[in-house]
Amino acid sequence: MGFENFGTVSFTTEAKTADFINYLESGKVMATRCKQCGTTYFPPKADCPDCLSSEVEWFEVGGKGELRSYTKVNYGPTGFEADAPYTLALGEFDGVQILARLSRDIEEKDIKVGMSLTVSPVKLPENRLAYEFKRA
Amino acid sequence: MAEVAIVGAGQTAFSRQCGVNIRELSFEAFKEAMEGLDITAEDIDASIICSAPEYDKQRSPAGLISEYLGLTPKPAFYVETVCSSSSTGLRVAWSMITAGLHKTVAVIGFQKMSELSSREAAERMGRGGDIIWESPFGLTMPAGYALYARAHMAKYGTTEEHLAKVRVKNSHYGASNPKATYRKELGLEDIMNSEVITSPLKKFDCCANADGASCTIVARGDVARGACKIPIWIIGLGAATDTMSMAGRESLTGLRCAQEAARQAYKMAGIGPQDIDVAEVHDCFTVSEILAYEDLGFAKPGEGVGLIEDKQTYVDGKMPVNVDGGLLSKGHPIGATGGSQLRTIVRQLRREATEAQVKEPEVGLVHNIGGIGQYGNVTILRR
Repeated sequence: MGFENFGTVSFTTEAKTADFINYLESGKVMATRCKQCGTTYFPPKADCPDCLSSEVEWFEVGGKGELRSYTKVNYGPTGFEADAPYTLALGEFDGVQILARLSRDIEEKDIKVGMSLTVSPVKLPENRLAYEFKRA
Repeated sequence: MAEVAIVGAGQTAFSRQCGVNIRELSFEAFKEAMEGLDITAEDIDASIICSAPEYDKQRSPAGLISEYLGLTPKPAFYVETVCSSSSTGLRVAWSMITAGLHKTVAVIGFQKMSELSSREAAERMGRGGDIIWESPFGLTMPAGYALYARAHMAKYGTTEEHLAKVRVKNSHYGASNPKATYRKELGLEDIMNSEVITSPLKKFDCCANADGASCTIVARGDVARGACKIPIWIIGLGAATDTMSMAGRESLTGLRCAQEAARQAYKMAGIGPQDIDVAEVHDCFTVSEILAYEDLGFAKPGEGVGLIEDKQTYVDGKMPVNVDGGLLSKGHPIGATGGSQLRTIVRQLRREATEAQVKEPEVGLVHNIGGIGQYGNVTILRR
């Protein structure tokens, strides 16, 4: 089990970070931290290039984050046509940033750079899985 | 350090559908670059072929194009930094000449985007990001720049009208560029009323996919002096990267790869932004030109819109930018774009840009960005 069911369209499967998907299925969005130097990684890395170490640990990206920017995509590329319009956003959480979609529960007029967010797993059609931002 | 110059610069007309194959397209650019030079194909020691992969069925296009241009058995290879591939090619050519490996090198950029539908091309470009962590959300190239646009607006009060004014300018110059895909002048209303592609960017905030090729002939100083009347000297080169993922970006109000590339290029040339007489910047979107004004030091952070508001980037302004119409008018055949920008600056410095000639420029700059700010390249040229 890897990334084959991640997002609307996945382009690759195998990864040392495949545990991310197991955590996501159990309701958690996780990042990695190098056990030697403490550097945190999102997107999660299985390897720390500074320490040349593959001893990393998972930690949950919990709590409130902040919306850094967003865009409502009206024109989806191949494979995403049915999703459009969707709103992509960059959120900043404690020590990491995440690109994801904003929940459709948030109305466009209520979206503001700087607003508080949480990030959580979301089920997509056909047993696919991703994470999304919700209003905190 | 050896002197290195551009002796010839050519491009095809950029168009929605060229109707020829990539070798024939490359020949047209090569022909324009070589015409009038006192060297022939035999004098070219190596060729660097630049494009973004997965648009053509042809694998390893370097050998193919090298053969068609009569450059076999000279060495040929492929370089790629998506939209800045041919600026990277120029950097490699400069390095090989400076190292003493070759005297004269051809840098050929090409892209035939009409091989794919617009949605398919958008999907390819989306995979120019992080395909595990970000492409599965439907990230596209315009969406990435839209994130920068929204952040710039939130921090500095930049408006959609400010962005539209960049297109007004570039469409004005594009209208008189025979090589441009779009040759129609657009008014502010045309742009403001065009459909929203990815907010806040509208249709006319975006450049178009295009077919095209470019060619830059680069030579060692002694060869350059004998090969052409006015060698255009490469006096500054800068190159840098930023993270592939959007999640890794520290700033969303400027491109760090461009800021760093500019710093290197100015340092190598021993000059500053105030010494640039004419510039070509990577306006894949209107917001990209505003970011470029600031990243290159033409304006302070947050003050880039002042340059377009005051028309200072028009041909008779303090800092003329994209007076060939830019990517917004010319279209953006990915691998060919850097070479097209270089060609414009070469023509400007040779004072051959009859459509829109800046008054007696001595020093010009090219800013060419790959992807959503993943690869930054700045080149400074002097007459």
